[in-house]
Amino acid sequence: MSTIVAISTAPGIGGIGIIRMSGKDCFKILNKIFKPINNSTEKGYTIKYGKIFDGEEIIDEVLVSYFLEPKSYTTENMCEINSHGGNIIMKKILDLCLKNGAELAEPGEFTKRAFLNGRIDLTQAEAVIDIINSKTDKEAEASVNQLEGNLSKKIKEIREDLIAGLADIEVTIDYPEYDEVEVTNNKIIKMLEKNENKLNKLEQAFTNGKILREGIKTAIIGRPNAGKSSLLNLLLNEERAIVTDVEGTTRDTIEEYITLDGIPFKVVDTAGIRETEDTVEKIGVKKAIEIANKSDLIIAIFDISKEINDEDKNILNILKNRNSIILLNKIDLNNYLINEELFKEYSENIIKISTKTQEGIEDLIQVMKKLTQTDEINVDGENIVINSRHKISVVKAKESLKKAIETLEAGMPIDVISIYIKEILEELGKITGESVTDDVISEIFAKFCLGK
Amino acid sequence: MSYYAGKYDIAVIGAGHAGCEAALAAARMGFKTLIFSITLECVANMPCNPHIGGSSKGHLVREIDALGGEMGKNIDKTLIQIKMLNTSKGPAVHSLRAQADRKRYQMEMKHTLEKQENLYLKQGEIVDIKLENGKIKAVETDMGAIYEVDSVILATGTYLKGKIFVGEYSCESGPDGVFPANKLSECLKKLGINIVRFKTGTPARINKKSIDFSKMELQEGDEDVPAFSFEDKLEKLNQEPCYLTYTNSKTHEIIRENLHRSPLYAGKIEGTGPRYCPSIEDKVVRFADKERHQIFVEPLGLDTDEMYIQGMSSSLPEDVQIAMYRTLPGLENCEFTRPAYAIEYDCIEPSQLKSSLEIKNIDGMFFAGQINGTSGYEEAAAQGIIAGINASLKLRGEEPVILDRSDAYIGVLIDDIVTKSTNEPYRMMTSRAEYRLLLRQDNADMRLTEIGHRVGLISEERYHKFLKKKEAIFKEIERLQNTIIKPTKEVNELLEKNGTSPLNGGIKLSELLKRTELTYKILQDIDKERQELPEEVIEEVEIMVKYEGYIKMQEAQVESFKKLERKILPKDIDYNDIKGIRIEGRQKLNKIRPYSIGQASRISGVSPADISVLLVYLEQRKYKKDEE
Repeated sequence: MSTIVAISTAPGIGGIGIIRMSGKDCFKILNKIFKPINNSTEKGYTIKYGKIFDGEEIIDEVLVSYFLEPKSYTTENMCEINSHGGNIIMKKILDLCLKNGAELAEPGEFTKRAFLNGRIDLTQAEAVIDIINSKTDKEAEASVNQLEGNLSKKIKEIREDLIAGLADIEVTIDYPEYDEVEVTNNKIIKMLEKNENKLNKLEQAFTNGKILREGIKTAIIGRPNAGKSSLLNLLLNEERAIVTDVEGTTRDTIEEYITLDGIPFKVVDTAGIRETEDTVEKIGVKKAIEIANKSDLIIAIFDISKEINDEDKNILNILKNRNSIILLNKIDLNNYLINEELFKEYSENIIKISTKTQEGIEDLIQVMKKLTQTDEINVDGENIVINSRHKISVVKAKESLKKAIETLEAGMPIDVISIYIKEILEELGKITGESVTDDVISEIFAKFCLGK
Repeated sequence: MSYYAGKYDIAVIGAGHAGCEAALAAARMGFKTLIFSITLECVANMPCNPHIGGSSKGHLVREIDALGGEMGKNIDKTLIQIKMLNTSKGPAVHSLRAQADRKRYQMEMKHTLEKQENLYLKQGEIVDIKLENGKIKAVETDMGAIYEVDSVILATGTYLKGKIFVGEYSCESGPDGVFPANKLSECLKKLGINIVRFKTGTPARINKKSIDFSKMELQEGDEDVPAFSFEDKLEKLNQEPCYLTYTNSKTHEIIRENLHRSPLYAGKIEGTGPRYCPSIEDKVVRFADKERHQIFVEPLGLDTDEMYIQGMSSSLPEDVQIAMYRTLPGLENCEFTRPAYAIEYDCIEPSQLKSSLEIKNIDGMFFAGQINGTSGYEEAAAQGIIAGINASLKLRGEEPVILDRSDAYIGVLIDDIVTKSTNEPYRMMTSRAEYRLLLRQDNADMRLTEIGHRVGLISEERYHKFLKKKEAIFKEIERLQNTIIKPTKEVNELLEKNGTSPLNGGIKLSELLKRTELTYKILQDIDKERQELPEEVIEEVEIMVKYEGYIKMQEAQVESFKKLERKILPKDIDYNDIKGIRIEGRQKLNKIRPYSIGQASRISGVSPADISVLLVYLEQRKYKKDEE
């Protein structure tokens, strides 16, 4: 297996910080950057004192602990570099390790290795697996305990209520000839609203408590066809949002959660901001401005091949005094009809990209990370990430719930509503680990009397 | 005494709904196919309810038709009432349901089998299946005829060791008084196949002339509904009505007083019955607070006066049955033609099957229908056509057709039984389908015709017609998306007349159609360039435009579902070697041997943690391979 490295102490200003490295080339890499006072061969359970060098430059004075396979956490050769804390120094040491052949550890990868190499038992593995599953980050033991407790009890309550409601809908669909239950829109809306309140309280509890920090709310704005959806797709690395050449395809906003090196972003692709006569679209525009105003970070995207118009100006005005990035898109067309100078007064961060050739995307990601890297949002902290996974589920569930109510009020048939209810259950099920279909079917049979 | 009866490609055992589809598919794909039935009087029999379709089952019939199967066409020819269910509940759950003329349905299907080239219909009970080197070699009838075959499809329905119960009375029998198949179960056991015992039941049949319909509610069919088959158009017919009546406290009292005489409650029945289709005594016990239960009275056909009493299945003694039926309004003087009975039968544990419906340890042995633990004619036929196709493809040396949960209800059905097995007879339900907005009955052809054509069950002519329809749909959608409607007086008047807000500026026609108050038809007058299109094209266009946002949402869900489906588990994987999987998960994985991580994640007893271990293992394996 490759050699992996990561900063393993919580970021922030501390007395010391530890960089951990594991793998067969661990000492080879270490020797390229570390000059110890004592040059003897490595022995397990020993500590050496020395200096970390970047070429000729001394980076830090450190202590390095040695662990020889199999007597280490991962059972591989491992070392821990105890440096003087501080993000900059630690980041630099980390970069040196990476430059010399180590790979950045994936979330939970040390534990994953420990487990794969038979070092950890089953119960411990369970907790680890949760993290690996979470696709986000870091050690998850905390989550397991949490699950036993109040959170899962509360979520179960909500799920039970929704499952009962869904079973009502499903039974009228699957057994239309039976008059077992009358599903009225009012009844469903009432049920949904009750649970919306419960979810709100849950979300509030998360926010108030230290356990949870929200993903960084990031709005992508720009006039129609500037490349918002393409950008979101690139960031997501998958084709989810609708991308076409016709203006105005992103009617509703699309929201996605992405994690860039451990920093969670909630990215919102807004509808095209422009004045339009179409009532539905107008709502979309208002919403887009609203969303941008509430965001922590605004990414405004402009098409370089089109002249600046009033819409663009409106957008630029939103950016003033905000955490923002301006993207000049479609540089592949090489058809500049805009004056770059104009943008400088609106944002410090101007990046040229092409969503088509993907040029500039890396720069964007770097700037996004830079803009949001504060001590508050830490990359390596244990609690945050696990819990943000839960919160994301709660938030997503709430959003689906809202949509279910909206859809019902718009007069859509119950089958369509059931899609949203299932989404809510699916999201909450991610926290408690239950599946929707089986639950609903059991409920139908338990509750209703049907059959030949 | 046995004798050599010749060499064929495929033998289908059983000529019920699964067997007929399997045999027709195999013969139509060019294989010399045998189909056996204990009696040819029972080909495509409906020993229980005399109807085809219903919620989710109607979807199955349409899917079978889109693949090139027969059920849809056969019911179109023989239906005596038809309805479109759930019309107010959303396009995805619209479902066709038809009352069949039971005898004509059988005759029609039997005749289709007889006429089919390559197909040999035989009366006979198969008592032995012979293997050679773990591969199918031959089948033998009770009279000793040995047919050499390369592949066998078992579709034995409820005949395997069938046993019926009416109160204290019981006897070895298949449905409708036909002989059971007693020997084949033993043969299957010897081949190492796990057998389980299930139970189902059917209500009494009653002579029409003894029923007072004036005390019941009339339930009539619908006009102007499409046919089951995409190739058929229904002619106007005089539809036969059904009727609705209710049980009452007197009925329930009789049942309670006689429960001790029920074989189920006396513990004589070992088989597991379905929750969704309980007997009336079950309902009365389990839902004690319910004052009445709905009972539907359905005709069995045009040439008979027998009526089917849906909702009153029972295994109580005949005298108790008569007494309780006679408490129902309209049935006070009813005369039984056949009593209700419960039937117990052998079936296999379906988790022994691959998704192709071939059993895992025997080459060339396929299973379809009720023998796999399902219930329902449509469920049986759906598996039948898949088993027929896959047995044929195997002989061609091609990969099997495996429909996944986002392709078809058939995919959901097969994935459910092979992955989760089933501890009761399995019934299809729309609630089992995660992506039902995509799996509509109206677009079954869009989803599956391509596959039917590829394997050779859809003719060139039909295929070209299909492609034309598809093109017309997409062209029309494009036109709607590119047509701008301006806020003229005429337009706004029409909008206001239909209770929706007037326009201030131009809007795409497709956006206008999305409004719940409007339909394609209403927009006719303001859509000046509209060309006349066939009804089925309009239906599709309307649904695809109106529900576009929701359809896209489901498509996105399917995308993430497919990610795990695409992670294929290597065939040589030994789950005992993987550290970290819990014991239950390990046992289940070794037993089911899932095809993909996606399938593994649906096995009950395999936890999300186990799945993650597997994902890690796969990565590790890939990594090791890369290193080598």
